[in-house]
Amino acid sequence: MSKLIVSLSPHAHSRDSIERNMYGVIIALMPALLASFYFFGLGAVIVTATSVAACCFFEWAICKYILKRQQNTLLDGSAIITGLLLAFNVPSNLPIWIILIGALFAIGVAKFTFGGLGNNIFNPALVGRAALLVAFPAQMTTWPKIGQWDTYLDAETGATPLSIINSAIRMGDASLLEQLPSSFDLFLGSSSGGAGAMGEICALALLLGLAFMLYNRIITWHIPVSILGTAFVFSGLLHLANPVYPDPFTVLLTGGMMLGAIFMATDYVTSPMTPKGQLIYGVAIGFLTVVIRNWGAYPEGMSFAILIMNAFTPLINNYVKPKRFGEVSK
Amino acid sequence: MGGIHPAENKLTHEVATKVAALPKQAIFPLGQHIGAPAKPVVQKGDKVKVGTMIAEAGGFVSAPIFSSVSGTVFKIDTAIDATGYRKPVIIINVEGDEWEESIDRSDKLELVAAHPELTPEEIVKRVQNAGVVGMGGACFPTFIKLTPPPTAKAECVIINAVECEPYITADYRLMMEHADEILVGLELLMIGAKVTKGYIGIETNKPAAIELLTKKCDEKFNIAGSKFNVEVVPLKQRYPQGGEKQLVDAVINRQVPAPPAIPVNVGAIVQNVGTAFAVYEAVMKNKPLFERYTTVTGKKLQNPGNFLVRMGTPMKDLIDACGGMPEGDNKLLAGGPMMGKALTSVEVPICKGTNSVTIISDDEARRKDAQPCIRCAKCVGVCPMGLEPYLLAKLSEVKNWERAESEDITSCIECGSCQYTCPAYRPLLDNIRLGKSTVMGIIRARAAAKK
Repeated sequence: MSKLIVSLSPHAHSRDSIERNMYGVIIALMPALLASFYFFGLGAVIVTATSVAACCFFEWAICKYILKRQQNTLLDGSAIITGLLLAFNVPSNLPIWIILIGALFAIGVAKFTFGGLGNNIFNPALVGRAALLVAFPAQMTTWPKIGQWDTYLDAETGATPLSIINSAIRMGDASLLEQLPSSFDLFLGSSSGGAGAMGEICALALLLGLAFMLYNRIITWHIPVSILGTAFVFSGLLHLANPVYPDPFTVLLTGGMMLGAIFMATDYVTSPMTPKGQLIYGVAIGFLTVVIRNWGAYPEGMSFAILIMNAFTPLINNYVKPKRFGEVSK
Repeated sequence: MGGIHPAENKLTHEVATKVAALPKQAIFPLGQHIGAPAKPVVQKGDKVKVGTMIAEAGGFVSAPIFSSVSGTVFKIDTAIDATGYRKPVIIINVEGDEWEESIDRSDKLELVAAHPELTPEEIVKRVQNAGVVGMGGACFPTFIKLTPPPTAKAECVIINAVECEPYITADYRLMMEHADEILVGLELLMIGAKVTKGYIGIETNKPAAIELLTKKCDEKFNIAGSKFNVEVVPLKQRYPQGGEKQLVDAVINRQVPAPPAIPVNVGAIVQNVGTAFAVYEAVMKNKPLFERYTTVTGKKLQNPGNFLVRMGTPMKDLIDACGGMPEGDNKLLAGGPMMGKALTSVEVPICKGTNSVTIISDDEARRKDAQPCIRCAKCVGVCPMGLEPYLLAKLSEVKNWERAESEDITSCIECGSCQYTCPAYRPLLDNIRLGKSTVMGIIRARAAAKK
């Protein structure tokens, strides 16, 4: 005799799943990953593989042996994303043991001390990066030049566009900015002699990922557009006021701006829940990034701006509500 | 605002309506409308005809119930209804098919022009006496909607022909097969509500109905000398557009405020197409509400179809007429997959609000295990009421009723869009329902204490 199944409505489901969204983000990261392999060669492959494997291992091990959970979250894809994003944020000549420490910080400290997937306050990959930056400032701020296919630890390093900008501002000498690659080169990542973190080198690849995620409704436009828009307008005004500040196109195309706006700030767990809240969050990140870059101690401000706003996300969720149906605007 | 696009699965769109066979035994729940249950006026052993009143309205917000069959009252008892509980019912053993003589059984289209006796008050009275309730599923007594409170003024009647629930096609078939009667019904509703403006809201997945009704409205209402003006409004598909508040917003661009406000507070009286048809039959044919259009459907059902069903017919009869219950595990729904109620028995009868018998089979009938909320905010994006389902569900879980109330949990219309869309398969609406009913209880208790 067949059974009648009883439950409350709704009885239909979109068949969307955590896995579909997570693996969607991973697919969206592929162009940038291939670009990093293309520009940084062997080092990029080793760093990425180590970071992803380490993040997955820590996720699995903590789930199984420390929390003793029935449901292991290894396969939901979130640890892979953390691994990829951590790798994207570090130099391609970073020693393996440092990467392992970063992965442990990302998964163990930033994610699982708060309860694992869905509960972390701060973006795990960014916490991993921030920890490494504080603990290993030398290794974390020397960046290999692009185009060294078969090197890893012994890669030749060089100045990143951001460090050029930083010294221009500090010395008040706008002529230093002439050393910067053209916006077009920055867009493709093909600047001769350019250097930087693995995942941020090619804006085009990151934008392809953004298009994929928007098309598949994995994320909405609010966060990336508000970050990039704010950074563009704010740095544009600064550039007009004083040409020692770089032009807004350069600002958008250098450092972690694109990577942060598209993949890091849009992390579901650590970003606000309402479109209005997401816009506030995005505008604040765009603004803080430019402030930190221009007047802070570090040449790059993206990851700190995101971490700061991560901390404000619960507050934003608390006060920024969607417009209720039928609500009369006051 | 918000909304989702579930797979339509309108398997029975082009299946012409068949008259369902008479049941051997008809079961009439006394509480098949919003408000007080009806009170039986027959006793065991009484002979009844088709159209005989068997239970009278049990209060102001209530409706009488009429027999859909002729025969003998077998007993007044309890039986499992759509809620899953045993509720009072009248059971009638069917003998022959003898109708009350007062009912006009001819097919002739009666027009309002030939009946000068039809004042607004007369129409409302006939609708009330015929036991007409909202046929879209909510079953609110229709005459009450036609007599709004003195604080509100009706400006238009909106016919709800959206049918945004997947699978269901009963309203569509009714429009294709009885458009003229529906328009007379709309005219009666407009007279009853003392308005001259009417709208018919239809989603664009029903182009044939849009074309047909537009043509008929232009011939009947939108001509020189006509008192009335009726607009057919094609609407882009979006669930839950057939919700009353959503429809008013879509058609006349006005948002009904939070409860206790109702559509007439912004000037609109919303009636389902099935209700318009029932009003026509009640007023012009003197036929009380005892039969309705119902879709019987499911992907694994052999011959899904649309039926003109006598109320009280057990669902099993209809399912058997469509080839029987599919093998394996099924979910039997009164209504569609988004808002329908899962039933615990195939003997549950068709009631005034049963627009569909939907059978969901196998894997689709089972829920997947819930995973942690990843705060993707998709539930916030789809909520048609501008609520935050993730938050309301959480507040209900931790029993924070005060905060749930201040976050407007009572505005939830239980459309299920949040749970449909949740990638973590969380039981959002289950929890919100729990919180909503608790908070409504708290609000009622507070109001009672003040008095």
